[in-house]
Amino acid sequence: MDISLKNVEYRYQVDTPFERLAIKDVSIDIPAGTFLAIIGHTGSGKSTVLQHLNALLKPTGGEVVLGDKVITADKKQKNLKEVRQRVGIVFQFPEHQLFEETVEKDICFGPMNFGVSEKEAKIRAREAIAHVGLSEEILEKSPFDLSGGQMRRVAIAGVLAMNPDVIVLDEPTAGLDPRGRKEIMDMFSDLHKQRKLSTILVTHSMEDASRYADKIVIMHSGQVYRTGTPLEIFSNPEELIKMGLDVPEVVKFQQKLERAFQRKFSKTCLTIEEITEEISSFLKRGDVQ
Amino acid sequence: MMEKMIFGRYVPADSVIHKMDPRSKLIIIFLFVCIVFIANNAITYGALVVYTFLMLGLSKVPMRFVFGGLKLVFILILFTFLLHIFLTKEGPVIFELGWFKVYEEGLRQGIFISLRFFLLILMTSILTLTTTPIAITDGLETLLGPLKKVKFPVHELALMMSIALRFIPTLMQETDKIMKAQTARGVDFTSGPVKDRVKAVIPLLIPLFVSSFKRAEELATAMEARGYRGGEGRTRYRQLSWGLTDTMMILLLAALTVLLIVFRT
Repeated sequence: MDISLKNVEYRYQVDTPFERLAIKDVSIDIPAGTFLAIIGHTGSGKSTVLQHLNALLKPTGGEVVLGDKVITADKKQKNLKEVRQRVGIVFQFPEHQLFEETVEKDICFGPMNFGVSEKEAKIRAREAIAHVGLSEEILEKSPFDLSGGQMRRVAIAGVLAMNPDVIVLDEPTAGLDPRGRKEIMDMFSDLHKQRKLSTILVTHSMEDASRYADKIVIMHSGQVYRTGTPLEIFSNPEELIKMGLDVPEVVKFQQKLERAFQRKFSKTCLTIEEITEEISSFLKRGDVQ
Repeated sequence: MMEKMIFGRYVPADSVIHKMDPRSKLIIIFLFVCIVFIANNAITYGALVVYTFLMLGLSKVPMRFVFGGLKLVFILILFTFLLHIFLTKEGPVIFELGWFKVYEEGLRQGIFISLRFFLLILMTSILTLTTTPIAITDGLETLLGPLKKVKFPVHELALMMSIALRFIPTLMQETDKIMKAQTARGVDFTSGPVKDRVKAVIPLLIPLFVSSFKRAEELATAMEARGYRGGEGRTRYRQLSWGLTDTMMILLLAALTVLLIVFRT
C-alpha cells in the first residue's frame, strides 16, 4: 500500500486557549515496500505524523493518501477499519495495551476485530509468537505474569497477527537492553525483507536509522527538515550536530580519524564493516604512518 | 475527544482573579453556593447573573472556551428545565397544545432552577479555571486547619486531593493513548451498536487500572524514598498571601448578599 502525505498540517485542541500547531506543511511519500525512518527531537512532531498514517488523527490541513483512501480535513470518513487493518501501529511502550487473560487471546484480539475467524486467529497467533522469538508455551500464560521484554514482544505479535501491509513503529526498542534492541530490530528488518512489508520507524537512534532504513526523514519543529538516503543524510554530519541531533558512532569515528590524519575518506561509512574496509585500504596504501 | 473538557482544568492568564488568594476564592465560592438560594425573583436572579458574568469577565478566560466546555452541562440544564415544565402544575395555564399544558409556576420554576444550576457551575468553573489544583488544596488545607484540633486528618485529605487532581491530566493522556492503540487494533469506540461499544470499554479499562495501580505504587515508593512522613512539622514552599483585592472581593460578595436579602420577596 502506498502512503503519501501532502502538505499536512495538524493543530491540537482547535478553538481552545491550548490550541497548538503540531506539524505543518509535511509532505512525505512512502511507496509500498519502503523502510523509512523518521528522526527528530522530542516535540518535533514525529508522533503526530505517525498517527496520521492510519487515520487516528485527521489532518486539519492538506491531505493524507492511504492506498485508495484520501483523508482530508473536511471529509467525513467512514469505514476506516480496512485502513487500520492494513496499517499496523506499534505504539511506544506497546505492552501497556495488553489486557486479555491469556497471551493467545490478546494476540487474537486484533485479527478477530477485523473479522478473522477464531481458528484462523489462533494459527496466526502461533506464527506471530514464533516471529517475535517466544516459545508457544507462553500463549497460555497471563500477559501480566511476563517480564517487561516479553510483554513488549507479545504486544508486537498482536500487531503482526493482523497481517498488515504497512507496519509503523514508534520507538519500538525504548527501554530494552542492547541485546533485546538488536533482536527486535533485526526481526523487523527480516519481516521487511521477507514480506516486503513497508516499515516506518520513528526513532531517536541514529544507529538504527542508518542501519535499517532506505530513506530517512528528519523532522524539526513540526516540519520536514530534510529527506534522503542514510548516506545523503549522514554525509554532512556537521549540520546534524549543529541542530542538536546525534550522528551514528561510526560517522563520528570517521570524522575524528579524518581530522587526526588530515585525510578525507573516499566515502561516508555507515557500518563498522564499511569503515574497517576503508581503514585497511588506507593502511595498505601506506598513506598513513 | 476530551480536548474540550474544562473540568479541573487550569487556564493560565494574567488577571485579577488569577492573582487572588485561593483562600478568598474558596470562601467566596462557598458563600456564593449558599446565597444563590436566597434569590427568588427576577431582580435577585438578575443581580446574581450580573455578578457571575462580572467575575467571568475579570478572569479573562475566553467565553467561547468556557461555554464550549460546558456543552454537556447545558444538556443537563435543559433536562432540568423540561422536567419542571412538564411536572409542575400550579398557577394559571399560559400555553396549551392538546393534552400538553404549561403552567406559569412551571415556567417560573424551570427558568429559576436552571439558572441557579447554571450559575453554580459557572462560578465553580471560574474557580478551577483560574486556580491551580495545588493552590486550591493549599488554600483548603489552611482553611480547614482549625479542624486539626479535633483530630480531623486535614493534611492527609489535602494530599489525597492534590494527588487526585495532579493525576487527572496524566490519566486523560493515558486514556487517549490506550484508546488510540486499541483503535489501531480494530476497536471502534465511537460507532456501532451500544452492546459493542460497552464491550469496547474492557480493553480500555483494564490497561488503565493496571497502570494506575503501578503508578500508585511507584509514587508511594518515591515519596518514602524522599522521606515523606505526613504533615507533622512540614513547612511550605508556596506561601499564601492575602491582599487588598481579596478583601475587596469578599466585601463585594457581602454587598451582593445584602442586595439579595433586601430585594427578595
